[in-house]
Amino acid sequence: MKQFEYVRPATVAEAVAAAAQPGAAYLAAGTNLLDLMKCNVSRPDRLVDVTHLDGLDRTERLADGSLRIGALVSNADLAHDAEFAKTFPAVAEALLSGASAQLRNAATVGGNLLQRTRCAYFYDTASRCNKREAASGCDARDGVNRSHAVLGWSESCIATHPSDFCVPLVALDAVVEIEGKNGRREVALEALHRLPGDTPEHESVLEPGDLIVALRLPAAARGLAAHARYLKVRERTSYAFAIVSAAAALRIENDKIAEARLALGGVAAKPWRARAAEDVLKGLAPTADAFQEAASRALTDAMPSGDNAYKIELARRIVVRALSLAAAGTPARIPALPASPFASISGAIHA
Amino acid sequence: MPELNLTSAPAHLRHGSNIGQPLTRRDGVLKVKGQATYAADNHPPGMLFAVMAVSSIAHGRVTSLDVAAARRHPGVVDVMTPDHKPQLAIDPEIKTNPFVFRMEVLQSNEIRYANQPIAVVIAETLEAATEGAALLAPRYETLPALVGLDAGESYVPPVVGVGNPAENHRGDVEAGLAAADKRIEATYETPPQYHNAMEPHAIVASWDGDGLQIDMPTQGLMLSLARVAELFGIPHDKIHIRSPFLGGGFGSKGLMAGPPVLGIMAAKLVGKPVKLVLRREQMYGPVGHRAPTRQRLRIGADADGRLTALDHHARTVSSTFDDFYEPAADASHTLYASTAIRTSHDAVRVNTGTPLFMRAPGEATGSIALESAIDEMAWACGMDPLAFRLKNYAEVEPITGKPFSSKALRACYEQGAARFGWAKRSLQPRQMRDDAGLLVGWGMGTATFPALMFQAEARAAIRRDGTGAMEIGAHDMGQGAWTALAQIAADAVGLDIDRVTFKAGTSDLPDAGIAGGSAHTATAGAAIHSAGAAVIAKLADLATNDERSPLYGAGNAGVIARDGRLIRRDDESRSESYPEILARAGLVEVEARGTGAPNPAAMEEYAMHAHGAVFAEVKVDPELGQVRVTRMVGAFAAGRIVNPHLVKSQLFGGMIWGMSFALHEEAITDRRSGRIMNANLGEYQIPVNADVPPLDVITVEERDPHVNALGIKGVGEIGITGSAGAVANAVWHATGVRVRRFPIRIEELLTQL
Amino acid sequence: MTHSISLTVNGARRDVVLDDPRVTLLDLLRERLHLTGTKKGCDRGQCGACTILVDGKRINSCLALAISHDGADILTIEGIARGDQLHPVQAAFIAHDGFQCGFCTPGQIMSAIGMMQEAQAGNDPERIRECMSGNLCRCGAYAGIVDAVLEAQAGADESNQRRSA
Repeated sequence: MKQFEYVRPATVAEAVAAAAQPGAAYLAAGTNLLDLMKCNVSRPDRLVDVTHLDGLDRTERLADGSLRIGALVSNADLAHDAEFAKTFPAVAEALLSGASAQLRNAATVGGNLLQRTRCAYFYDTASRCNKREAASGCDARDGVNRSHAVLGWSESCIATHPSDFCVPLVALDAVVEIEGKNGRREVALEALHRLPGDTPEHESVLEPGDLIVALRLPAAARGLAAHARYLKVRERTSYAFAIVSAAAALRIENDKIAEARLALGGVAAKPWRARAAEDVLKGLAPTADAFQEAASRALTDAMPSGDNAYKIELARRIVVRALSLAAAGTPARIPALPASPFASISGAIHA
Repeated sequence: MPELNLTSAPAHLRHGSNIGQPLTRRDGVLKVKGQATYAADNHPPGMLFAVMAVSSIAHGRVTSLDVAAARRHPGVVDVMTPDHKPQLAIDPEIKTNPFVFRMEVLQSNEIRYANQPIAVVIAETLEAATEGAALLAPRYETLPALVGLDAGESYVPPVVGVGNPAENHRGDVEAGLAAADKRIEATYETPPQYHNAMEPHAIVASWDGDGLQIDMPTQGLMLSLARVAELFGIPHDKIHIRSPFLGGGFGSKGLMAGPPVLGIMAAKLVGKPVKLVLRREQMYGPVGHRAPTRQRLRIGADADGRLTALDHHARTVSSTFDDFYEPAADASHTLYASTAIRTSHDAVRVNTGTPLFMRAPGEATGSIALESAIDEMAWACGMDPLAFRLKNYAEVEPITGKPFSSKALRACYEQGAARFGWAKRSLQPRQMRDDAGLLVGWGMGTATFPALMFQAEARAAIRRDGTGAMEIGAHDMGQGAWTALAQIAADAVGLDIDRVTFKAGTSDLPDAGIAGGSAHTATAGAAIHSAGAAVIAKLADLATNDERSPLYGAGNAGVIARDGRLIRRDDESRSESYPEILARAGLVEVEARGTGAPNPAAMEEYAMHAHGAVFAEVKVDPELGQVRVTRMVGAFAAGRIVNPHLVKSQLFGGMIWGMSFALHEEAITDRRSGRIMNANLGEYQIPVNADVPPLDVITVEERDPHVNALGIKGVGEIGITGSAGAVANAVWHATGVRVRRFPIRIEELLTQL
Repeated sequence: MTHSISLTVNGARRDVVLDDPRVTLLDLLRERLHLTGTKKGCDRGQCGACTILVDGKRINSCLALAISHDGADILTIEGIARGDQLHPVQAAFIAHDGFQCGFCTPGQIMSAIGMMQEAQAGNDPERIRECMSGNLCRCGAYAGIVDAVLEAQAGADESNQRRSA
């Protein structure tokens, strides 16, 4: 790990000023950043520790009915908040399906939004990676890439965004509050992350010094609580990133889908909102046919970026399943294995 | 001296006194309190930290290192490179015996695999040493890397495993295939796997003049000591290695590897104690691995389902500079009777660290292929997989025709199948679902592992205070030597376990051989047993020749040692306590040594193997293809069970490794660079707690009078065999999809579901 | 530049002068405070061997900078027994053979204690398995670990009932 200057600002304004300089990085829990620093993927000159700032670890309901979550609230505290889990069940389920209990205890809401990709070539500093080092090339494109992007990728970069949390958030129109050099601004989560294009090194719309201070879930998201699920396929039962995941939320009125929300994880450089599929569902009865149609629409533009064509088919099937689970209704309690296809363990076997 | 005929009828060795008891681990309290001292927990005064820099290319040479940049970093004390290092006494490329593997200890700038050590940075703090290593920024001349099972011309290796012939046969396989009613031919692939013990390889080395103190996890204290002695040109008695606890070994800590040698060199260079601990990613190279295989099986069966031919060929790899060959095809030597059997191996050389023994080397890789193929053949014959295996039950060892020293496999099949409920299995695949609609499959595999013996020595003493001592340089890598060997020791000297001081884990004790081959309990146990017999014999000699002893004259009748007393065998009313005998003889203690070794005559006469049957249930999501093992039952017959509590744990562990083999672990190499792209525990996936279902182990009673004095066969490795195939076969039974490349990946199921 | 931080470690206040901000809590404990019960298995938050409780919550100490935890209350494997009297989780790990080599054990035990305090898994084996999945065990002692946690949880439930009765 490179030597760095450690700065502990007393206020958000001090933090922004300290982090605006070249070579500076914010330190929250550090569960991702410290790993990147140990692997020499990130070599900041200065760490600006925001964990001691006041007021960023609270969750509050605002007058307009939205929920404002401070950037330093831990993933575990948020997921284990009974009121939160009841109101935003797919978000809680996604949180609990990510990483391990230890990491969830430490990791923060703000940090989770800014997780870096798990692409092995991004982590391997001996490989070429346009995201790690602009215009150096991409060794993933012709390398080991069975887990890479199938949507929104470019010849420059086929990495995916690894967050589970972001997937239901983007489906629920979450908004990010940012403090920067020019004061506070808001960005829709859907617009926070950028697709790679020719500049995969620019992963988000954040500018130097920008600090995520809060995340907001709008009041309208509450109306989807009765039919909301997150589903994640992975290579072991727990403690693994998604191969593909999906968040589905429905508002069902008179046996018809009044409103649908759908987003995919593990398929692109950002949490992937599938608006076209949502539009397909509106007004339809929640049937298998409707979900199949939505799934096809969600993956219309999908293209393999390597040995990962299977992810397109898998994504279609996950969409169908996630929508079916959502339609069946949110379970009273988050399953023992959150977001797992094995969430409901059954004893009886039929030959 | 009285005749104590302990080897054929160990009358004083009462099954159910110490041996056979389900004692909890005697090192348990230390381990749960964080007080068990692993190598990296040591911190002698003045100690410095050493960190290796490793190669990012797989083939070529280092052309420059920025040593100045590393040295400029505050806290860096020295940088050891090929140009700046202590000289070794011998060339590390020289193989002085078959158990010496070539290692990279900065003898040149040549790179032969990725993650090869290229320099060592020594600093006052771990942080400084780590960053110093990063600052070296090596430059390379890169040559094309040889990667994969088709990297080059194949050749037949001189031997596979430890001295096995690469090719073997009995009968005419081609004739057997021609005569067959049903034939299958199938090719299976297994990936490179890495031991990944939770404890990274570590060493703390301190020189004191020409004396050397080493803390290092090792499965072979004496082999390590001998290797260090020859590399550094110092006598054995100047070296002291402590290895009281290993944080797992699985074969990777058996033989001296390069990194600990670098630690000793670094300590010599700076004249201070040095700690060198591998980073997890550095364990994917210089400390061994299980080589990949491609195995082709051709099997023929007659109309009754009897095997007429079993042809098992395995392709594997070795490094470009040394030889170890995964003896995968040899798995077909012992399990199924067949008119004809042929096994063969070939290999290619690749830019990798030399492969090594990894838990059940050959048996594990071969077993998953063989058990899959047998399952495929059973299906081709329209037979239940268990019925098919019973039909082809080997009454003698198929490849040699020798009788088995004991073989309770039939009982394993029966008891395992009954516990599992195998009889309710549908013959056809994809017939079973659970309430949630998940596909359910049941599969089985036969487990086998040879009952090996190495050589060991132990020292026993009985003291005037009525206590005993047993000393042996044995190794506890988690299998439970501190407990199981102490149990054997207690029975060997006829004392309660709490009255015997048991010493192990350091190199100044008698040589216990290597903790490997599932042979440690048998080998060290035999030495302990024999040392105990010898010390009891001495004690008995004192008593039976002394007129004042109630045992006077019992020499011909013999005595039994029990509860700290010698008792006349034919008259239990006549006995005397150890302290009484020693006090009268005016002795503080008596001591004796004993050895354990294989019995060549018995080995010539019998085939010696442990056996087992594993049954697995998996559930598979019918659309998404994710697999979860939901139940496993293993029934094993492995001779005498010294401690059922610990044996169960060992077998559980092996079964989990089998599951992992079938479904999870795989090192993935970039074909262009030869670098392993998942050299970590996040992406090299071993099972987590949620992957592991309720497991059930049955230890089937088996008495074996031939394997060794104690009748022990060993349980360290057998659990992985059979289990891997059982899981793979269950996936087929659930889905109807036969995946022949392991681990089974979602994409391979998904497209065919 | 040096930084002074103050920690409570196993109930005792420790004032530490850090000459280097790069020191993780894990390396601080192991290499500077010589509390070596906490283990380093991967140093990247991928194995759980370094699990400790910080302010009552289990975290991976390898991914926590010591300097950022100024003022924290830290509990490690060395701090949970009272002399010879083992913590119930420790005793249950021995009774159920929840380990073999023992290297992951301090992390497993601290994780189990943290999990019981989180009160999300209760006595449901499936939830326990999931909630303990951040602690790898290469020896494969998972079954014993789950049984040990179940026993410790049952004991805790019983004493809670007694207290409320």
